Amino acid sequence: MSTPTRTRPQPAPDGTAAAGSAPAPTRSRTGRRRDRPAEPVFRGIVSSSEWRSPSVRIGLGLTQALLLVGLVVVALGPLLWLVKASITPTQDTLRDPMALFPSGVDWANLSTAWSSVHIDLHFANSMIVASGAWLVQIVVATTGGYALSILKPRYGPVLYWLVLSTLFVPAVVLLVPLYLTVLSPPLIGQSLINTFWAVWLPAGANAFNVLLAKRFFDNLPGEIFEAARIDGAGPFRVFWSVLLPMSRPILGVISVFAFVAAWKDFLWPLLVLPDPDMQPLSVRLPTLANSIELDILLAALMISALIPVVLFLIFQRTFLRTAGLGGAIKG
Amino acid sequence: MTTWFRRGGFSTLLFLLPLIVIFGVFSWFPIVRAAVMSVQQTNLVTAPRFVGLDNFQTVFEDPLLWTAVQNTALFALIALVLGYPVPLVLAVIMSEVRRFRGVFTAIAYLPVVVPPVVAVLMWKVFYDARPEGVFNTMLGWVGLGPYQWLQSAGTAMPSLVIEATWAAAGGTVIIYLAALIAVPHELYEAAEVDGAGLWRKVWNVTMPQLRGVLLVTLILQIISTSQVFLEPFLFTGGGPANSTLTVLLLIYDYAFASSLGGDYGAATALSLMLAAFLAVMSAVYFWLTRTWSTS
Repeated sequence: MSTPTRTRPQPAPDGTAAAGSAPAPTRSRTGRRRDRPAEPVFRGIVSSSEWRSPSVRIGLGLTQALLLVGLVVVALGPLLWLVKASITPTQDTLRDPMALFPSGVDWANLSTAWSSVHIDLHFANSMIVASGAWLVQIVVATTGGYALSILKPRYGPVLYWLVLSTLFVPAVVLLVPLYLTVLSPPLIGQSLINTFWAVWLPAGANAFNVLLAKRFFDNLPGEIFEAARIDGAGPFRVFWSVLLPMSRPILGVISVFAFVAAWKDFLWPLLVLPDPDMQPLSVRLPTLANSIELDILLAALMISALIPVVLFLIFQRTFLRTAGLGGAIKG
Repeated sequence: MTTWFRRGGFSTLLFLLPLIVIFGVFSWFPIVRAAVMSVQQTNLVTAPRFVGLDNFQTVFEDPLLWTAVQNTALFALIALVLGYPVPLVLAVIMSEVRRFRGVFTAIAYLPVVVPPVVAVLMWKVFYDARPEGVFNTMLGWVGLGPYQWLQSAGTAMPSLVIEATWAAAGGTVIIYLAALIAVPHELYEAAEVDGAGLWRKVWNVTMPQLRGVLLVTLILQIISTSQVFLEPFLFTGGGPANSTLTVLLLIYDYAFASSLGGDYGAATALSLMLAAFLAVMSAVYFWLTRTWSTS
């Protein structure tokens, strides 16, 4: 598959453009037609002459307006409903779910969910789980990627191949043997069940991260590392003071991947964290759903969705680049 | 040895240590162990015992296997019919948006950001089978329903697919958008010189240019929908009357449903069979389509 975003001034999927590869913008400029210098570089299927025709313009505008309405109703609608229902008394939601606050707003739902149902505790657990998984993934991906890409030991290619080959094994194959490994891990002699390590450590075995990091490091200018070495920097110094500061874009991508994946994960933490007080939100919510009142549950759901949604709205670019990247790499 | 050390061999190994330990313990070893366990009887009390292909036989003799396989295939099929064309159409229209495209992509991607468990529990409320349920109320406005949704064997699976499509479509839209933006505009200009209109350009330039991406997303979608777990597990638990029991749910049931300790052998055997099936299917798929792909 050809890499997307090559001819456009958008950042390259692996973040290489953002790393300061200067020739990227000039490349897109060569595509501009000389006879009409005023035309913007971007164009899609519709040409500017077609765009000037009223029928195309109206038809397209109408289609896009319809699309926007459709998206708002289908994609955004359920979430807006959740926000509404989270501050509506149970009876109102049950009797007429589409009515807007027929008997007033019940703000107490949110505080009840937060403190009485201990969403606060599970929220903190989610944070701990996601942060630890993030840290382990960053450490494994950057140190491993650095060694494979820059230090290049002779056994490197074999190791890299072994890492990549795990991409072809569906996660379900690992489920039971990994569970038994965590139940009685080698050398430690103590079960990791009901410890956060059981979630953190396996998260590090993510070949996709290593692939991303190595590819990014491969594209960094080698002279910099050469110069640092000549100036007397050892491999650790190069890693910490040269490589990491240059790797901000790829660290951002891996961080988003890692944090969101850990926040979403359900089955694995369900298996290894049977103690309800240790469970993250995703694992705890289904159990709570059977035992608490509907309005409290909906408030809890709203709170649980809030953090990822807010993170997305803040780091939209990284999220969307990462999402597009998922397809590009898998291809 | 000393030259190896002096040339930085040791510090290189030190940098590789996290990767080797983490992958070794939590990836390579469990993969090998899966293969071994599939021919062993494993429980947590006695030492594992070699049983040959008994585990595979157990799985094949389980009448629920064929139910699970059929349900999984049905899920994958409906997901394909619903979820494959929709993101493509959305992306093509969105790629032509000249202002505020960010708003379109953000809204389309929003459901992907919602944690899957939250999405499922929320949709469970939507699927309330009473006439006062969310969907039944809305369909009531246009004189439809009320439907049983998750409560009836006929509508449970499509209900699962609708939620799954809602939750996943945004990701595919973004992938297509990236590919659409990468279509060289010289191609469109050449088509215009040859007198092609809008539709001709979509069919004869855009679609062929997306062929590579479309081929890959198709097989990726089938691979991921074949491993559907969360929706049947949380929506229905496999019911009603096993109508939403999927292969992954069966694997989970083998291994973890019984409080007495599961049949780990059968679970790994079935997961290996699923993995082998997906691998063979992907290989055949790429072999069959090798001449269609543009690259």
